[in-house]
Amino acid sequence: MLLYILKRLVTVTPVAFGVSVVCFLLVHLAPGDPLSAVLPADATQATIDEMRAAYGFDKPLPVQYAIWLWHVLHGDLGVSIATGRPVAQEVGRAVVNSLILASVATLIGFTFGVFFGFVAGYRRNSILDRIASALSVFGVSVPHYWLGMVLVIVFSATLGWLPPTGAGPDGSGNWRPDFEHLRYIILPAVTMAVIPMGIIARTVRALVGDILGQDFVEALRAKGLSETGVFKHVVRNAAPTALAIMGLQLGYLLGGSILIETVFAWPGTGFLLNAAIFQRDLPLLQGSILVLAMFFVALNLIVDVMQTALDPRIERA
Amino acid sequence: MTDTTIPTVPAVELSGLRVAFGKTQVVDGVDLRLERGQALALIGESGSGKSVTLRAILRLYAPGRSRIEGTIFAAGRDVLALDKRALSEFRGGDVSMIFQEPLLAFDPVYTVGNQITESIRRHETISARDARARALALFERVRIPSPERRLDNYPHEMSGGMRQRAMIALALACRPQVLLADEPTTALDATVQIQVLLLLRELQRDLGLSIIIVTHDLGAAVEVADRIAVMYAGKIVETGTARQVVRDPHHPYTIGLLRSRAEGAMDKGSRLQTIPGSPPDLANRPPGCPFAPRCFLVADRCRKEMPPAAAIAPGHVIACWRGEEASAAYRAGPTPVAVEMA
Repeated sequence: MLLYILKRLVTVTPVAFGVSVVCFLLVHLAPGDPLSAVLPADATQATIDEMRAAYGFDKPLPVQYAIWLWHVLHGDLGVSIATGRPVAQEVGRAVVNSLILASVATLIGFTFGVFFGFVAGYRRNSILDRIASALSVFGVSVPHYWLGMVLVIVFSATLGWLPPTGAGPDGSGNWRPDFEHLRYIILPAVTMAVIPMGIIARTVRALVGDILGQDFVEALRAKGLSETGVFKHVVRNAAPTALAIMGLQLGYLLGGSILIETVFAWPGTGFLLNAAIFQRDLPLLQGSILVLAMFFVALNLIVDVMQTALDPRIERA
Repeated sequence: MTDTTIPTVPAVELSGLRVAFGKTQVVDGVDLRLERGQALALIGESGSGKSVTLRAILRLYAPGRSRIEGTIFAAGRDVLALDKRALSEFRGGDVSMIFQEPLLAFDPVYTVGNQITESIRRHETISARDARARALALFERVRIPSPERRLDNYPHEMSGGMRQRAMIALALACRPQVLLADEPTTALDATVQIQVLLLLRELQRDLGLSIIIVTHDLGAAVEVADRIAVMYAGKIVETGTARQVVRDPHHPYTIGLLRSRAEGAMDKGSRLQTIPGSPPDLANRPPGCPFAPRCFLVADRCRKEMPPAAAIAPGHVIACWRGEEASAAYRAGPTPVAVEMA
């Protein structure tokens, strides 16, 4: 097991390197001069050149990359052009907020998804199955920014139960797990949970149906296990796949929440990326993309290792 | 019903067993009796209802999707009258089952040892340590090499023959009286098949087990069984001792099965005999004997009336109007039964 983890860590290194190259180049492929956003329109050529040199934009790309990578490896992601604050600090705070939102959303999505999936899988073609399946199709297909707005209209504007935007009453962007802050996270988390819920419910339904149809379930009944005993085996067999999907969904939520974070003004990575793109804030953009990409790499690694721990057949493959 | 010649209670007794899935009557009036300490082979081709008969004994079919009629007595219990709790005590405790494909019959994500101890602890109040010791003893009993290590194997880490031995160990874990084996050797290599059959035979003798073994392999049936029952289209068409059925078959279907074996060295260029046609559609049973459309001795009566089960010798029962003619034809030699179908 330990050897397997080490092996996976080794294979991850070139992936991480590749990701860093892509992150760096991607930003340079985009049109537009990052300095034009911060410099006054009437800046002299001398000032522009000076700024270029200060940010290192005058050097050839490979050199810029090498310098950037060197700094990155030392934990220095540069300084945001727009705010002047260290990128690492900005990204760090945003990542924490996104992580909180994504975790809560994944938890909600996973809980309901697994529940609906098991109900539907165990009661195939029943009314309960139809309802659960309809809910999951709805979850996968509804545009979530639209759903977000509808929820805001219903629960904030009309009923006034929950705050419409932001991460907390003080607007500081530092979320804490207390009641006041919990009220802020409900709407964005529910909105965000709808897609993973649908995907997990459909996957678990198929999984459970598939597992129940396998010979070993009959064999378990034949040796006298109660339905609860059989259920435990079904859960254990479904767990690796369900967890893998949950891990991937968590990854998608971490990076793919630009729309929701924008709709709810949630100070996370999506919100930050959005701002970085519109302000052509190159260091901030590179930094946040890199961190997000690394999150994916790490998540995949964790999911792989967990799956191996749960399903002994994977390690050999 | 009362059989005065044998005073003991049989290990398994089915009377008028009928199993239907929707409109398909898969098992259609089976009477079967297995004496204690005996082995019975249930043979027939795919779809003849032999596996369904076996599973019905453990009531493995969900009541919503199946209809079971008749009576089933096994290990002294009226199986159809058992409540949920008693049924799960009965399964694996009094009567247990071996499956055709052991790789599929074990849960892939638990070790084989865990699955055996799980079964033991389901039926008995016993510590995990004692259960494991029992599992180890069982592995030794079925002669699995390095049993201690093998207990911690996952099913996919074992060979086919070893898995089937482990399956047998699992089935014996709670000292059942009756063992049901559903084609236990079909998925195995020819060399391993005989070893598993011999093991079953040995265990049956040593432990006084009563075994029903479902197979479509006549050779396997003769190897392990005291008695053979031949099934066709959900009915038992011939039963008798292994010797009676194989040496002196009276039902044309049994004769067809015996003739379609590749026995000994076949002459070059000679063809394997087959039974023409295919089994009937069980959802649309024609009246009369279900084998009539494929029978080489078919008469008008066969197409109209189902022949009743009748004893032709002590313990040898057939359901055929023309048993004597069939027997005569069989004894006359191998060729006359060849019927060409267009």
